[in-house]
Amino acid sequence: MPSAEMKNRAELMDFDKALELFEPVLGFEVHVELNTKTKMFCGCANEFGSGANTNTCPTCLGLPGGLPQVNKKAIESSIRLGLALGCEIAEHSRFARKNYFYPDTAKNFQTSQYDDPICHDGSITIELESGRLVTVEIERAHMEDDAGKLTHMGGATGRIQGADYSLVDYNRGGVPLVEIVTQMIEGAEHDAPEIGRTYVAAIREIAKALGVSNARMEEGNVRCDANVSLRPRGSNVLGTRTETKNVNSLRSVERAVRYEIQRQAAVLAGGGTITQETRHWHEDTGVTSAGRPKSDADDYRYFPEPDLLPMAPSREWVEELRLTLPEPPAARRKRLQAAWGFANLEFQDVVNSDLLDAVEATVAAGASAQAARKWWTGEIARLANAAGVAADSLVTPAQLAALIELVEAGTLTDRLARQVLEGVIAGEGTPAEVVDSRGLAVVSDDGALIAAIDAALLGQPDVLAKIRGGKQRAAGAVIGAVMKAMRGQADAARVRELVLERAQAIE
Amino acid sequence: MSEITAEQVAHLAYLARIDLSPLEITSLTRDLGQIVDSIAKVSEVATADTPATSHPMPLTNVFRDDVVVPSLTVEQALSGAPDRAGDKFRVPAILDEE
Repeated sequence: MPSAEMKNRAELMDFDKALELFEPVLGFEVHVELNTKTKMFCGCANEFGSGANTNTCPTCLGLPGGLPQVNKKAIESSIRLGLALGCEIAEHSRFARKNYFYPDTAKNFQTSQYDDPICHDGSITIELESGRLVTVEIERAHMEDDAGKLTHMGGATGRIQGADYSLVDYNRGGVPLVEIVTQMIEGAEHDAPEIGRTYVAAIREIAKALGVSNARMEEGNVRCDANVSLRPRGSNVLGTRTETKNVNSLRSVERAVRYEIQRQAAVLAGGGTITQETRHWHEDTGVTSAGRPKSDADDYRYFPEPDLLPMAPSREWVEELRLTLPEPPAARRKRLQAAWGFANLEFQDVVNSDLLDAVEATVAAGASAQAARKWWTGEIARLANAAGVAADSLVTPAQLAALIELVEAGTLTDRLARQVLEGVIAGEGTPAEVVDSRGLAVVSDDGALIAAIDAALLGQPDVLAKIRGGKQRAAGAVIGAVMKAMRGQADAARVRELVLERAQAIE
Repeated sequence: MSEITAEQVAHLAYLARIDLSPLEITSLTRDLGQIVDSIAKVSEVATADTPATSHPMPLTNVFRDDVVVPSLTVEQALSGAPDRAGDKFRVPAILDEE
């Protein structure tokens, strides 16, 4: 029997060639896990990382007598997310049961929405690296509850195929999700993989800015299913699509879309047909493999959830929630880059390091934008990296702004400031307190400097002679000696000034 | 006359994982057919301005606040499980995925 890896290996067509012959059509379903305190339909804690099966109750375990009650905060978060995606908020909305048997769903149905989703008909515009703007139409954003977590045990591969049995932890079962479904995305062309990545990144960023989700893909807060189909150039007929599940990083979205385009192109060009099916993305090998075909297994027998009453969000409530929306992340980035005058690379560095909030707060606390950027993406990021923590957990923007102020006032050199920073991180107090307690301020007392300079000049008569002879460059040796004597706590420019002055003055 | 066929009933039974005997399929086909016919009669009476109803109660927006209440203990949660391993439910291997 061929191994799973062999079976998964498909023939791929060169990407450019595939685009010559076929036009890709995309669609995405992104699940955003809400960060409410409790689950969607019961008061169990919505927590990542608790002990197995510690956050369950009869309702989320599907036991007899369990009765769901809708979490108001989850509705509020869903509406805010919908509004941020430019959606209409339904005047009437209801839950529906999606019936299927799978052990991660103890109720034997998922509580979802079918014909009356809470949000519908929105759009967002994303910007690709080339500057191309792509508007992605949102068909709907509906609420549903998450499934529990399965762990497959035994078997040689540790994968589902060879598993002897599976273990279930229902802590995640019943956690609120919003599923955002796009319309078909046509005209993506060569940008198809990048559109996938950028779109999911935009959803993640919006959810995070709204504060409705922790939006950490590595913890499964944002999960993407990517639909890809190809049609021959010049054809108006849509090709058969596949739905690739389990695409849980931005890079994977890009790779999975590219892979499916190349795989489907090879199948079609070889005279084959695409099976409408669910495919699984394998992060480790970078391939997709066939899952179950879409057939009668998709007969979910949706019907209105009889245990929950319909919702009718009042227009007043919706408008109140609209007022709570933050500035759209893309607009905020544009505004901040312009205000700070950062070059594209400088700005990208800040964004990619997730330090936009930190830099903004530091600037608000009085620091210059460039200084704030240099510290956050430089020394602080380096220390955070070494410690394996987030940069913004080391110091507060206010502390950094105070440190920058000390540098700009001439109290600290950059070198001294780095020592002060270490003191602040070590919990020794505010930058000013660390300067005092460690005695790190620049020596600005000219008397002390002059004494050290005179000693250095007299100790190197040949250098003194050269300076007197007009060779100002020779001063370097004396400046070095003085800085050493002052243990670095002197402003080098001021020392240089004084060295040249003293060289002429001393006897 | 009813549109429900024995094949549909058998299919539904499969989806619902209910093991029906041929006799039960025959009787359920007849029963479900009568239900569908009765509903069809109601539809004849309903006029275009009668909205579809999924919930008989004239209530909407019944929400609870986002406040944590104590969960079951792990032992309580697992007490009805046919099988367990540590603090998790243990279920047979699932073969039809991947």
